[in-house]
Amino acid sequence: MVTELLSFTPLAVLIPFFGAAFAFAFYRNKSTQRAIAIGALILTVILEVTLLAQVWYGGAHAVHLAGWPAPFGIVMVIDRFAALMLVVSSIITLCVLLYAVGQGAAEEKEDSGPVSIFYPTYLILVAGVSNAFLAGDLFNLYVGFEIFLTASYVLLTLGGGESRIRAGVTYVVVSIISSMLFLIAIGMIYAATGTVNLADLALKLGDLDLSTQLILHVMLLVAFGIKAAVFPLAFWLPDSYPTAPAPVTAVFAGLLTKVGIYAIIRTETLLFPGERINTALMIVAALTMIVGILGALAQADIKRMLSFTLISHIGYLVFGLALSSIIGMAATIYYVAHHITIQTTLFLVTGLIERRSGTSNVLRLGGLAKISPVLGLLFFIPAMNLAGIPPFSGFIGKLGMLQGGIAENTWITWTLVFASVLTSLLTLMAVARIWTRGFWRKPEDADEAPERQLMSKTLAHARAANKRYLPMSMVAPTAALVAMSLAFTVFAGPLMDFSRAAAQDMYERTPYLEAVFGPERSEGVREELEDFAATFLIDYETGDGGAAEHAPVETSLQPDDEAAEVVPEITDESDDHR
Amino acid sequence: MTINLTLLILMGALFAIGIYLLLERSLTRVLLGIILISNAVNLLLLQTAGRAGLAPLYDPEIPAEDYLDPLPQALLLTAIVIAFALVSFMLALIYRSWVLARQDELADDEEDRRVASYAGAYDAEEDASAEDETTEFADETDAVGRAMLNPRRGADEDAPDPGNGPAIAEQGER
Repeated sequence: MVTELLSFTPLAVLIPFFGAAFAFAFYRNKSTQRAIAIGALILTVILEVTLLAQVWYGGAHAVHLAGWPAPFGIVMVIDRFAALMLVVSSIITLCVLLYAVGQGAAEEKEDSGPVSIFYPTYLILVAGVSNAFLAGDLFNLYVGFEIFLTASYVLLTLGGGESRIRAGVTYVVVSIISSMLFLIAIGMIYAATGTVNLADLALKLGDLDLSTQLILHVMLLVAFGIKAAVFPLAFWLPDSYPTAPAPVTAVFAGLLTKVGIYAIIRTETLLFPGERINTALMIVAALTMIVGILGALAQADIKRMLSFTLISHIGYLVFGLALSSIIGMAATIYYVAHHITIQTTLFLVTGLIERRSGTSNVLRLGGLAKISPVLGLLFFIPAMNLAGIPPFSGFIGKLGMLQGGIAENTWITWTLVFASVLTSLLTLMAVARIWTRGFWRKPEDADEAPERQLMSKTLAHARAANKRYLPMSMVAPTAALVAMSLAFTVFAGPLMDFSRAAAQDMYERTPYLEAVFGPERSEGVREELEDFAATFLIDYETGDGGAAEHAPVETSLQPDDEAAEVVPEITDESDDHR
Repeated sequence: MTINLTLLILMGALFAIGIYLLLERSLTRVLLGIILISNAVNLLLLQTAGRAGLAPLYDPEIPAEDYLDPLPQALLLTAIVIAFALVSFMLALIYRSWVLARQDELADDEEDRRVASYAGAYDAEEDASAEDETTEFADETDAVGRAMLNPRRGADEDAPDPGNGPAIAEQGER
């Protein structure tokens, strides 16, 4: 039963794709389009929650498309990490879509051109992101990246205004370059190993020369690092994201960089496990945190400020994954889920602030807490969450990383611990500045001339205007996301356990490889794969991988000679007994 | 693995020229650079198949090593299609940018300039050059360009678009 349900995994990609096709077909009829888009995403959410429930206890599962066996055909693999990412991303995209629908309905002006493009493109973006999460081979990962990037180019330049075109060009060029780097890395990896299947690569890359491994490893990391906006490669992000419409920026900020992080995590665990470049990664992580947050402090525009905090918090994720310990990785997984939610929420709230007050420039804001307490609450919770104030989920994730860093107890991890605490404080400062300026002070005290929309005669007037500026159809999805971010705190226990199991799976690698090669071995490749399967079994039973929770994990599954030698020895002994 | 030297040199040349073009500020040249680089990457993928061989149609009498590895070509085809789509999209963007601003060069970001002016790193003279007319076709299509430019600009500013908020606000200040 479990397997049967899990074989519907490709539908997570196909439903949004078909939705996009139908939405395109009904481009004249906006309400049909809207219904199709929302329906497709609701279906996706239901499907993915079911998949997560199946994977929660069952572990990894692979679907071999068109029945081709593992290293030759296209594989889609769903394991705990992928399932969690899928669920979080689809809930986020659904909420953002509802918000966008609300915004479209609230803006009375008929603007049919871009809107008829918006829904299908948005669904294609969702399909691409799902495809990247589920990809079982490098090239499919590349295709997933291209699908959602191309959709994102269209969404970013929606309407074709001057500032968007300007920002779009930077974004498109940088993304294309990173894709080219990725493609070069794929070509080189194929030349070196003769395969692009991730599970197959996990077995074969270890046999390569150490220097060759390092080149391939770093090339992949650079390509993914551009997409994930890791410090020296993050210059494009604050330039391009803030110009897009609020819901688009929200979903970009929440999701797209995290797909890059997802790919980096896969590279670090599945393809190139070990600690060779961890120090370099940690230095990069520290710089990303500090430079990002310093950039945020220099900004007056809330959207740009948030873009910089986004970069800064990518640093936390890199720190967590560079620890190479189960506890660090578990915290990273939890933090990714938390950060997707929180960053999206903050951008949506910024969209609301912009609607209510006419600007997102804090120098011209004021008095919002009095005018609209709901807006204040919606901003305050995710903002404190972003800064990592204790009861919220940001704190729990950061705590896990700090624990991991302290447990490792080297000079670099202590530096990182210090840097992340500092970044956390600076983040608090950045959001507190927005809070005091935008929400607490009187509009008359604004540094520059305040917006007219904020200067109502009486409070009653202002409150009455709230209904017009902040329709329920936009506030409700935002509130739902805030509730979801709170749920991360409430269910932190089970989620942390789940993340830990996911991290353990990823470091052991056995569940992943077994899912891809194991149960569905077909006749053609049986002999070749039996060796692999034998090594899995031995490792699986001894269960040595990740035994000590705090210790850095040695990879338990390398196709080296040791494992191959153990097997003959045992058979020799049994022969002697006879 | 055997590699065709001619293709290898060609690939290197394409990469070199492509990267050089990419460093230019003119968008058309950047686009040309992207086209060259994507072709160089395609050549790289092609070469991962190794020496040329027979078409991979199964025949029991032919030993396995005589076949050509077909996978890189499959990857290559996908990559070509994707690169084609991206290049056409880039062309559309460049055209749009030219219609709107009659500018083929990448403009500086307004916010960046503002932040830079705080720090005193803003050089008005150096920056002014970006404002210049840069396209060679300005004279021929001036009338057309203006006609397309003006109504569209008006429409953009009227649109109740939160995304353009800061930009419009800045324009208003000046």
